[in-house]
Amino acid sequence: MPAPVQRRLILEHIDEPGYTNDLACYQRHGGYAVLRQAVTRKPEELIDEVKKSGLRGRGGAGFPCGVKWSLVDRKSGKPIYLIVNADESEPGTFKDRYIIHQDPHQLIEGIMISCFANNVKQAYIYIRGEMPHGARILEKAIAEARAANLVGPNILGTGYGCEIFVHRGAGAYICGEETGLIESLEGKRANPRIKPPYFPAVLGLYQCPTIVNNVETLCHVKHITAMGGAEYAKIGTPGNTGTRIYCVSGHVQRPGYYEFECGRITLGQLLNEVCGGPLPGRTFKAVIPGGSSAKILRFGERFKGKRKVGADMVDYDWGVEDVPMDFDSLGMIGTMGGSGGVIVMDDSVSMVEALANINAFYSHESCGQCTPCREGSLWMKRITTRMVHGQARTEDAALLKGVADQIPGRTICAFGEACSWPTQSFLAKFGDEFKGYATAKSEVPERTHTLI
Amino acid sequence: MNLKPETLARIDEVITHYPVKRSATLPLLHLIHEDIGHIPEEAITWIAGKLSLQPINVYEVVTFYPMFRRHPIGRRHIKVCRTLSCALMGGYKTCAAFEKEFNTKLGATSPDGEVTVDFVECLASCGTAPVVMIDDELHEKVDGAKAKQLSDQIRAEAAKRT
Ligand SMILES: Cc1cc2nc3c(=O)[nH]c(=O)nc-3n(C[C@H](O)[C@H](O)[C@H](O)COP(=O)(O)O)c2cc1C
Ligand code: SF4
Ligand code: FES
Repeated sequence: MPAPVQRRLILEHIDEPGYTNDLACYQRHGGYAVLRQAVTRKPEELIDEVKKSGLRGRGGAGFPCGVKWSLVDRKSGKPIYLIVNADESEPGTFKDRYIIHQDPHQLIEGIMISCFANNVKQAYIYIRGEMPHGARILEKAIAEARAANLVGPNILGTGYGCEIFVHRGAGAYICGEETGLIESLEGKRANPRIKPPYFPAVLGLYQCPTIVNNVETLCHVKHITAMGGAEYAKIGTPGNTGTRIYCVSGHVQRPGYYEFECGRITLGQLLNEVCGGPLPGRTFKAVIPGGSSAKILRFGERFKGKRKVGADMVDYDWGVEDVPMDFDSLGMIGTMGGSGGVIVMDDSVSMVEALANINAFYSHESCGQCTPCREGSLWMKRITTRMVHGQARTEDAALLKGVADQIPGRTICAFGEACSWPTQSFLAKFGDEFKGYATAKSEVPERTHTLI
Repeated sequence: MNLKPETLARIDEVITHYPVKRSATLPLLHLIHEDIGHIPEEAITWIAGKLSLQPINVYEVVTFYPMFRRHPIGRRHIKVCRTLSCALMGGYKTCAAFEKEFNTKLGATSPDGEVTVDFVECLASCGTAPVVMIDDELHEKVDGAKAKQLSDQIRAEAAKRT
């Protein structure tokens, strides 16, 4: 089956010749018309449209946006904050970067609609420190919008006021985790908070109700407001509505960002047709479908079970290529859609070396609060690095599994899962390669790629 | 510590962005870092005074975030992405190319004081791997040839300065 055509909602103007990131260009393309219309409606109506749309968060967890918004404590009398998560730090993910650099007003319009809907008077954009130009572009765009009364004390003459400030991170991955982000915004170390409270919507920034949403999620809000929640819900598949941006990197002919209706494209169509297949003379070996924390898939494995299609339960029997790229299907086969970052590895890659690379990332980024995460991520890194650079032993596979299995469920934040899933899944799918690594390494001459 | 007048003005402005002054810790660190290139001891006590905090509150933040340096480095900072997608496309080789070009080692400053080469984690540009940031600029698809070209450019700019 040929791949469907891209459906560019969020990326509509990205890479369009002549499209610039200033207010005038955005308004020539109909920009801020949706905000103008939104401020004439009741805020509850706007929240309702988002609920009806079925929009799920694009930052990683896929949590329904409308549900999150309905958890906000509106009775406390405290101010409500909105934080835009522009930390984009999950390895393999690079979509928010292009929205921020090339179409910042789309994000600002989405933010202002979301703020109006939730009675937010102050929003912060938390952008990773490694995007200094992105931060400047956003600051300039906000200033332009403020001068046009689209942001500020009296938006479009309605008497409703809301400010946006840009806040830069400084190179720590854990600032992407929403409670770590809030601590960081409060001027502290980004140590994620102990739950309960389960949602920042109840107690977040400065102990006030706080909404944290990803950049892409807030852009979708603009389109939902424009077309109506019911209409938006027709895009994509039931339970996985709207479009999704897939960021493909690694060993394919045409890496890049592609936007499709969620669940209407399979992993095989995405990699083989859209991205042009493997590099010359190579075959696909493995793929991580939702950012480096997602469990790895091995080409050749099959997934069988029953799934809901409409009202019926039907059997499925999928190869890796057949899996529809949506939250639920990827969850069903034991991995996740996560942040949309698809990392592809071909047959030139040693799985032990790839895991050693990933483990180095997680041990560098653990915030260090929880012993299982701090020590476990370090041990996993030490073992895999020793395997690559020193003496690999047959029993290392079991040792690694023993460490990884003791982390998830025993930590303050989901980084515990994020750092153990790669090791667990690499071992489950490529256990033989780990056991045989010592011999294989001595037989293989110089490798084409060094990963660690 | 001698901060430029515009840095001081921006510091006073940015503090007004937050209902709680402590939130300005990261912004102030960034502004000082940009102005003088690193975070000296006196910057920590200065920020603490400015935001009515204890120096330890600022110190613990400085040590948590990888972007802040405690000591001066080379005039240019070459940051090579080390994470998986870049490594798959040859990021480690790119790093080795820069080390060779400037006769230095990872984490160290070149003998002429011109560059410091470091590894950093994923820069959110994995689709154009391998990527390198030189100071504030992102460079994409940096293979051996491009590393050479960027190195030549850095040397040419250095020569112009003297
Ligand atoms: C370790 C870790 C890192 C995360 N990094 C990011 C990130 O870089 N960007 C992001 O939007 N969400 C990230 N998240 C998810 C956020 O915690 C949060 O769920 C998200 O920002 C909510 O927005 P959404 O509902 O719009 O997806 C991360 C989560 C964890 C556990
Ligand atoms: S799980 Fe890891 S990153 Fe999360 S709070 Fe614990 S130590 Fe920090
Ligand atoms: S892995 Fe290098 S930019 Fe993401």
